[in-house]
Amino acid sequence: MNNPALHDRLDLYLVAGAFLLAVGIFGLIRRRTLIGMLISGELIFSAASLNLMAFNRFTVQDPTVGQIFVLFIMGLAAAEVAIALSIIIAVYRNYRSVNSRGLSELNG
Amino acid sequence: MSSFPADKLIIDAIFLLSLVTMGVGALIAILSSRLIRSVCGLAICCIGLAGLYYFLHSPFLAMMEILIYVGAVCVTIVFAIMLAETDEPAREESRGTTILWGGTALAAAVAIFGGLTWLSTQSPWPSPTNLLNDGSIEAIGRALLTTYSLAFELISLALLVAVLGALAIARTGRTKP
Repeated sequence: MNNPALHDRLDLYLVAGAFLLAVGIFGLIRRRTLIGMLISGELIFSAASLNLMAFNRFTVQDPTVGQIFVLFIMGLAAAEVAIALSIIIAVYRNYRSVNSRGLSELNG
Repeated sequence: MSSFPADKLIIDAIFLLSLVTMGVGALIAILSSRLIRSVCGLAICCIGLAGLYYFLHSPFLAMMEILIYVGAVCVTIVFAIMLAETDEPAREESRGTTILWGGTALAAAVAIFGGLTWLSTQSPWPSPTNLLNDGSIEAIGRALLTTYSLAFELISLALLVAVLGALAIARTGRTKP
């Protein structure tokens, strides 16, 4: 078949992944609270996972590799969220704020 | 060849719905000024992403995406928002600085998106000649317990350390009643 269906085209998935990455980086620069930056980081993780899964589906011989890799990414993202949120709670106890501009005690 | 009328159209529509859900969710996640709304945007984005995983022949990952991201990560972030303050603070810097930083962020995002889009549409990606297995849940389980068993054990260790570290960090500074 010369013209494949929409969900069988690799470039659409890659463009979607690029969109997620760009949105995540935009949010990472723009946000001024730690939780907002954490959410943008999750979007970047999702972009990486979507890219890996797209290449796994279309260009790789063993289709389990990408799925297992994305599963590990999800596990590490969950661990990262747990650590980051406990750090955010500790920061909030000390400063009464999660505004990233106020955390300048170590500023030289 | 197809038993159901207009099934190609319906499949395309569901695929586009997943894409649009993901994009709109991501935009809500970064553009709304209240953090609770941006967490909801993240959840919507993950639901759309689960649909895309389903189209990529992986219903297992679609289920895991909803279970872990929507069910665990978003709920944890909601807890943190309830414990800390909820809103973006008012901008205290001048208007020119705000516009400068916004322009820089937008330029970086557009450059990344344009460059990656150009690369991914121009490159000739190879397609595999023969598949080694069907990528089903059975194949994933077999690979997890043979080839990737060490990584599987290590990630459980990483999760354990992360939970202990989170407890230890959040415990300090807590005053007794």
